[in-house]
Amino acid sequence: MSATGASHLSGDNRRMLVKLSIVAALMFGFGYALVPFYKAICVALGINSLVPIATTTSKNTQVDYTRKVSIELDANAHRMPWRFKPLVGNVEVHPGELMTVEYEIVNTRDTPVTGQAMPSYGPQHAGQYFSKLECFCFTKQTLAAGETRRMPVVFLIDPKLPADMKTITLSYTFFEVPGMGGKL
Amino acid sequence: MSAVIDDHGHAKDDHHHGDHHHGYGGMMRWITTTNHKDIGTMYLWFSFMMFMVGGTMALVIRAELFSPGLQIVNPDFFIQMTTMHGLIMVFGAIMPAFVGFANWLIPMQIGAPDMAFARMNNWSFWILPFAGSLLIMSFFVPGGAPGVGWTMYAPLTVQMGMGMDLTIFAVHLLGMSSIMGSINIVTTILNMRAPGMTLMKMPLFVWTWLITAYLLIASMPVLAGAVTMTLTDRHFGTSFFNAAGGGDPVLYQHIFWFFGHPEVYIIILPAFGVVSQILPAFSRKPLFGYASMVYATSSIAILSFIVWAHHMYTVGMPVTGQLFFMYATTLIAVPTACKIFNWLATMWRGSLTFETPMLFALGFLFLFTMGGFSGLVLALAAVDIQLHDTYYVVAHFHYVMVAGALFTAFGGIYFWLPKWTGKMYNETLGKWHFWLTMIFFNITFFVQHFSGLAGMPRRIPDYPLMFETWNKISSIGAFGFGFSQLLFLYIIVKAITSGEKAADKQWEGADSLEWTHLPSPAPYHSFETPPAIK
Repeated sequence: MSATGASHLSGDNRRMLVKLSIVAALMFGFGYALVPFYKAICVALGINSLVPIATTTSKNTQVDYTRKVSIELDANAHRMPWRFKPLVGNVEVHPGELMTVEYEIVNTRDTPVTGQAMPSYGPQHAGQYFSKLECFCFTKQTLAAGETRRMPVVFLIDPKLPADMKTITLSYTFFEVPGMGGKL
Repeated sequence: MSAVIDDHGHAKDDHHHGDHHHGYGGMMRWITTTNHKDIGTMYLWFSFMMFMVGGTMALVIRAELFSPGLQIVNPDFFIQMTTMHGLIMVFGAIMPAFVGFANWLIPMQIGAPDMAFARMNNWSFWILPFAGSLLIMSFFVPGGAPGVGWTMYAPLTVQMGMGMDLTIFAVHLLGMSSIMGSINIVTTILNMRAPGMTLMKMPLFVWTWLITAYLLIASMPVLAGAVTMTLTDRHFGTSFFNAAGGGDPVLYQHIFWFFGHPEVYIIILPAFGVVSQILPAFSRKPLFGYASMVYATSSIAILSFIVWAHHMYTVGMPVTGQLFFMYATTLIAVPTACKIFNWLATMWRGSLTFETPMLFALGFLFLFTMGGFSGLVLALAAVDIQLHDTYYVVAHFHYVMVAGALFTAFGGIYFWLPKWTGKMYNETLGKWHFWLTMIFFNITFFVQHFSGLAGMPRRIPDYPLMFETWNKISSIGAFGFGFSQLLFLYIIVKAITSGEKAADKQWEGADSLEWTHLPSPAPYHSFETPPAIK
């Protein structure tokens, strides 16, 4: 501890220098260690997240489970070389429930063809209760020669649908878009 | 690295005993010196120069704030001024001043011949002028100096021009200098005390520096890490603080204040040490409660690592966090009050005389306590949300930094100048310096409590008319305070060049080794054979 000789001292001093330098180096690392530590604390406390963390799975409270509606699916191609059909003929949904159905088209011609689908509803005023989130009818479709394609329709029926409406027919008809030459 | 230092240390010990006059002359003497007294002197002069530079910047700030509206400087330059004023005063003026005291006094007060690593001591000092030059150089690069505030908060730092890079490198250099200096101080105190000088017999100034040096070794590298992250965010594609890349600017604040709060105790603890030397000397009584002073200093140091987030109550931390940091912060008032009461008890029934060092110590005691109380107000999370980043904060930290650290530095210089130079200063002028400083300090900063409570934000060049009176008073005080410091320079230069001869024990109540065992001025090499400690 106390001064007892220069050579003894410089050894002690050198050891002290090494020890304190290691502390300084470790504290430099500690600064970086605060980065993952901070993120872990934020996650553990559920704070500072840009996306709100869902504590329970959110439920759709808008679904009317007291009744079911039958949706009849119909598909036609108007004067087109396309085979167009739904994969299932009809589905049953609760009003408010999200539903996905799929259709298949085959282009039987040896050149590309562009078409546009038009929906129609039976009864006609059921259309206002039909909300589509995704539909192949939103855009023109172009199929290469001989191509087969499956396309979805994602929809739900508004729960405000009148109670006497038990069956709705959703019908699509494809029309060829002339002059496109198969190009969009 | 250690081998190099020890070789030089040996060379000095073995071959150069007492031969400083045969070494280099002129400027080379100062560049190559490894003598703790030379290095202490250079630290003190460097810090005075930086004090003048930083003070000039403060006067630019106060001149602009004299009236509402923009008169003298544009907002860009104004924020550069506040930034550089803070950085230069903290890292260039106050810290080096107390390192200067440490260099001069620690070896003499523990009976050691010099610092443990004499060559490294020289490097610690000579890094500083380069760091200071980098800071000042940043004004002359495209974009100018960084206008980010002395705390260098992200994300602004990521967007600044190349002045920011110069500042980052300056902080790296300053950090290296402080860490080297601290390692030197710890080693000197722990390994080189004279026989019989047990830890609990050391003067309190040595104790406070031992604890401060540990704080520096633990906190400075964290700041170095924070600015390095800023640098890599700016140039090397990392995203520590860049929200667009998944980083978080608030993270910077946590890392910065993990350094920043110990830093404020790094500044004030050596000041506590100086006051603990001055007050007993002029009360002609031993320090009251020596052991409790040591324990209080240590507990302040330990607590300083768990209170950092009280600087950032408004970032949106959970209320539990706010409560924890609030209680931890108010806890610091306990050891601090312990020290204040010990100083008061030291003076109780003492034979007090009021020479300049004593006046500055008493000024410290009075004003630092006020700064401590406004600190307690700010520590309360509910209150701080209203006062955050207002002039109330500015007033608070100037009461503890200027009236706390700077006043003690003045007091310490007047106290030890006779021992360092062998010459006495002019006591009348010294008292004038104290009273001018004391009065103008309060004119400058007391009113800032009111403008802060009324809601004036800090770091703005313009303000609503309602704050005009307070700002006018504050600016007048600032110019008075600034020019009073020229009187200090005159007193010191006058004392060195033509002061009266000082006695070996200039102050009859002073009892540490440099007064009892050494002549005035202290010889260039002192305690080459350790003194006997009773």
